[in-house]
Parts: sequence; structure tokens; C-alpha cells
Amino acid sequence: MKILVCISKTPDTTSKIAFTNGNTKFDEAGVQWIINPYDEWYSLVRAIELKEKDPTISIHLVTVGLPDCDPIIRKALALGGDEAIRVNADSTDSYYIAAQIAEVAKKGGYDLVLTGKETIDYNGSSIGGMVAELVNAPYISLATVLNLNGTTATITREIEGGEEVAEVSLPLVVSCQKGMAEQRIPNMRGIMAARTKPLQVVEPAAIEALTALVNFELPPAKAGVKLVSPDNVAELVRLLHEEAKAI
Amino acid sequence: MVLIFVDHSDGLIKKSSFEAVSYGAKVAEILGTSAEALVLGTVTDNLAALGKYGVKKVHQVADETLNQVDSQRYAKVIAEAVTATGATVVVFSQNQTGKAVAANVAARLKAGIVTGACALPDTGNGFVVRKTVFSGKAFANVNILSPIKIISLNINSYQTVAGEGTAIVAPLTVQVDKSNIKITAVNKIIGEVPLTEADIVVSGGRGLKGPENWGILLDLAKELKAGTACSRPVGDADWRPHHEHVGQTGVQIAPNLYIALGISGAIQHLAGVNRSKVIVVINKDPEAPFFKAADYGIVGDLFEVVPKLTEEIRKMKASS
Ligand SMILES: Cc1cc2nc3c(=O)[nH]c(=O)nc-3n(C[C@H](O)[C@H](O)[C@H](O)COP(=O)(O)OP(=O)(O)OC[C@H]3O[C@@H](n4cnc5c(N)ncnc54)[C@H](O)[C@@H]3O)c2cc1C
Ligand SMILES: Nc1ncnc2c1ncn2[C@@H]1O[C@H](COP(=O)(O)O)[C@@H](O)[C@H]1O
Repeated sequence: MKILVCISKTPDTTSKIAFTNGNTKFDEAGVQWIINPYDEWYSLVRAIELKEKDPTISIHLVTVGLPDCDPIIRKALALGGDEAIRVNADSTDSYYIAAQIAEVAKKGGYDLVLTGKETIDYNGSSIGGMVAELVNAPYISLATVLNLNGTTATITREIEGGEEVAEVSLPLVVSCQKGMAEQRIPNMRGIMAARTKPLQVVEPAAIEALTALVNFELPPAKAGVKLVSPDNVAELVRLLHEEAKAI
Repeated sequence: MVLIFVDHSDGLIKKSSFEAVSYGAKVAEILGTSAEALVLGTVTDNLAALGKYGVKKVHQVADETLNQVDSQRYAKVIAEAVTATGATVVVFSQNQTGKAVAANVAARLKAGIVTGACALPDTGNGFVVRKTVFSGKAFANVNILSPIKIISLNINSYQTVAGEGTAIVAPLTVQVDKSNIKITAVNKIIGEVPLTEADIVVSGGRGLKGPENWGILLDLAKELKAGTACSRPVGDADWRPHHEHVGQTGVQIAPNLYIALGISGAIQHLAGVNRSKVIVVINKDPEAPFFKAADYGIVGDLFEVVPKLTEEIRKMKASS
């Protein structure tokens, strides 16, 4: 059984969001990079848990990115990936990234491809569905529970106002979110082992991007909070009703 | 033509789909073309009434097995409908179904997609759609380069516009494959407003001290017919169900009104709620970071303030 986990690099959740180059580039000054939390806490850790139950599973990681992604990939290897592939390309277009991952997925013959629910910087929620389509596999989005029984996966996914349990045969693509697994911290042995685990760099396939970033914008600053005295709660209700028209 | 994907739950068209239809109709107006809708499966709602929101025609693939969402077969059916109807712009709502199928359709048609769109496209120089990025902390303007363009619209970011009109409902015949997915259980939380669709959300943090204190929050929510949410530590401690956790790693919401009780306003929490139109914060600490993101606030003890607030709202409703 081979699992491919898609790993992306995102700014730490507390990063200051600012832009440079005429608002066309994210300002990386002072930014700490992390594994996208959905990729790390949920899909990667769940893959590791599955491998702990079934040691015949091997976990491969894939990242589409430039060499500055390597520390992130090493961290994912330290957590428990077996080997990694980095597609050496920079891109902001979801289709381009998905098509690169699909190439890797097709060549590797994976039974299961896991992505995060979304990246916390681009918020696309797109890559998983695109990869599934490009490799012609079923797709389960927003999964909160994933279990394997032979070649059948049992998955709980979020739907409008509730959840649904589905049974699907492998191969399969799943996007993972909260509930799937608990966050882990890499231990020293993992960190040491990660140094020698294979990280293969491959050149990107010729794929045309279908979108192009024009620029970024920051939302206008809030006007400032209107404070109401705790002894005058009626005033808050009046403001919400008459001024904000929110109730 | 602009084709809007309309989805439904329990036979009823979702509120977010009405937003998508209103948005799609406006896009069609900008482009000088017509808007049509696409429905998969069967509904109890009157589809002709979608005409009020600006579509002339509703294509329906009335196959009951399509009432269950299977991304793979949905993508195939929708892509074929796009081709059959000759649509050049396709609009989805970025709800759970949108997240399950829009990107698949895009890949299938090799069409550029912008998910999380929050404004009408700017067609002055290309086809530029604004979307939220960095979990609501910024926007990106993205140009779609392909001939077919797909937009998935953020929930609660476009006002539904209802006018007059009736749409023609026309059956659409496309091949529907057998599903590869077997749904073995569906658990819906009956009677509760789904968090992402709620107009008003009342949310609690560690300041409520324990699950036994949630009654005051639920009373307020009931009075406002609001959905309920919580901060991550509250979900992690099982004071509230996991699906109520909002924020960077939880559910992202954009209601008209978000009321935060005893939540400090950590940046990861704000990432899930900062698209709310109006934010009210009740916290005893005047230095709580949430006040910087709030529109209205009360510095005070929530255990005293919240029951009063519920009572004042009741009075206001009784008198108006
Ligand atoms: C990578 C990462 C991702 C995260 N994702 C999320 C996420 O998605 N969502 C999320 O919520 N958090 C998330 N967090 C956690 C976040 O950083 C905060 O720790 C968390 O939001 C704090 O929850 P809280 O406000 O309920 O609790 P606290 O920070 O403990 O705040 C409690 C507040 O209640 C107030 N209070 C206490 N008693 C009263 C009273 N009687 N009356 C009025 N006010 C009172 C206090 O003044 C305080 O401001 C994440 C953290 C990390 C590192
Ligand atoms: N550059 C990338 N390389 C590898 N995987 C990625 C990349 N970008 C996104 N992904 C995966 O796709 C998921 C969804 O990303 P997105 O569609 O951008 O929100 C992420 O959680 C990752 O698992």
C-alpha cells in the first residue's frame, strides 16, 4: 500500500500579512514557514497512524515548490514520511500545481492521495479535487475520519449541517481536516532519520497555468470599536438594531 | 452564457445557492449575456421561481441518485452540461458541495477557477476576480486566462437580489455513471442552523469557564435565531462539539453578525471570523486583542452582561 501526502509550505499562522513589489508579492521578511496545518496535523499524521497499524504501508510526500521548501519537507519526513519528491517549480496557479502532483501520482501508482482541506495562505480548497479528476479517481472532500480495510476506505466527511459516512474502493483522493488525527511533535530520532531519507527533486512537466495573480490588497482597517458600558446593555441592542441593522 | 450550479439539501435550495444565482445573473448582465441554472437531482422547491433571481432557464438532470454528492460523477455531469449548454462562465457557491466539485469540474474542462470569490469580475482588462486569501486577512485579484471561466463564490459575500420572473425548467439528458461511493450513514444535526449558513452566530470561548455555563449563550442564540460556535480550546476540551470550532483550523464563517463571548481574539481565531460584517465582543479584559477587530464591544463580566443582553433583545423584539 502506497500513500502520497501532498505537503505545502505556508507562513506561520501568526505572520504579519504584508505585500511588496507593488502588492504583487507576499512580504516574506521575518516570516516563519511551517507545513500547512491541514497537511501536517491531519493528512500526514493520519497516514502515519495508518502505517503504525499496517507497516507494509509506505508514505511518500510531494511538494511543488522551489528549494526553499526543503526544510518543510525535512520536517514532514521527521514526523514520519518515508521519502519525498519535490517538483522544482514555483507557481500560484492551482491547476498547474495539481497537474504536477497528478504526474507524480500517476508515475508512483499510489493507492491513496491525501491533501489538506485548504492552504491557509491561498485558501484554494482546489488541489485535491483537481488531482482526483486528473488521475480519474473518486474524491472525498472535507474528510474528518479515514479508516482502511483492505482496499476499501471508510470515510466520514462534512456536508451541509452534518456529516456523511462513505465507503469507497481505492485508489482514492481525500482532502483532510480537523478530526482526522492529533497534532504530533517530531522527536529526535525522527529528526536524525529525516536527514538521510530520500528527497528526490524532479523537473516540472510542461503545463500551462490557467490563472494569473494580478495583485494583493489588504482590507480597509476597521473604524475602531464602539464601546458600550456594561450598565447600559440596552444601548448595545439599540446600536445593533438601528445603526448596524444587524438584528 | 453564465451557468450557475444550484445545490440543495433535503429538497430545498440552499441559501448560498440563491446568492450564487444572484451573483451569476449580475455577471451575465456585465458580459451582456444570459444566465441559466443547473440542478442535479430532485428537489421539492419550485425551480421556476429561480427566475426571480435572474435566470431565464433552469436545466435539471432529474436523476434521484444525484441527490447524494459524489464528486467524480458530479464533475462529469456538470462538465457535460457546461459543454452541452455552451456556457463560458460557471458559478458555484463555495459551500460544502462547491468545495467537493467546483475544482474537479475546472480540471475536467481545463478551465481556470477562482475559489472564495468575493466580488464581481472586473472585465476591463481580462477577467479579474477578487478572492479572499490568508484566511480573510487579505484579498488577491486573479485573472482567469482560459476560455471557460469558473468562479466559486464565498458564502455571504453577495447580497441575494429577488425581483420578478419565472424560469423555464428544462430536463437535461446527460449520461450519469454509477456511483463509486457507497453512503452508509448520514447524520444531520436536526433543528440547528448550519454554522456556515447562519446569519447571526453567537460564539463562546474559555471565558465561559465550563460546558455547564453554555446555557446563557444558548439562550442568547435562541433569542436571535443564531448558530452557535466556539473557540478551538473549547472544542478541544469537548465542552462543545468539534464542528462548532471556528478559526484558522476550524470552520470559516462570514455571518452578518458575530457575537464573541469570553474569547480573547487570537489571530488564529480571527482568521475564521474576520469576514463577518459586524463583530460584537464581550470580554472582561479591556486589553483583549478581539476589541481591535470588533465593531461594538462591552468590557465586562459575560455572566452578568449576556443575560441582560438576551433580555434587552427580547424587549426590543416585543416592542418592534
Ligand atoms: C496553528 C494554530 C492554529 C489555531 N487555530 C485556532 C482556531 O482555528 N480557532 C481558535 O479559536 N483558536 C485557534 N488556535 C488557538 C488560539 O491561538 C488561541 O489559543 C485560542 O483561540 C484561545 O481561545 P479562547 O479565546 O477561548 O481562550 P483564551 O485565550 O483563554 O481567552 C479567554 C478570554 O475570556 C475572557 N474572560 C474570562 N472570563 C471572562 C468573563 N467572566 N467575562 C468575560 N470575559 C471573560 C478573558 O479575558 C480572555 O480574553 C490556534 C493556535 C495555533 C498555534
Ligand atoms: N505547492 C503544493 N505542493 C504540494 N501540495 C500542495 C501544494 N499546494 C497545495 N497543496 C495541497 O493541496 C491542499 C489544498 O490546497 P489549496 O487548493 O491551495 O487550498 C493543501 O492542503 C496541500 O495538501
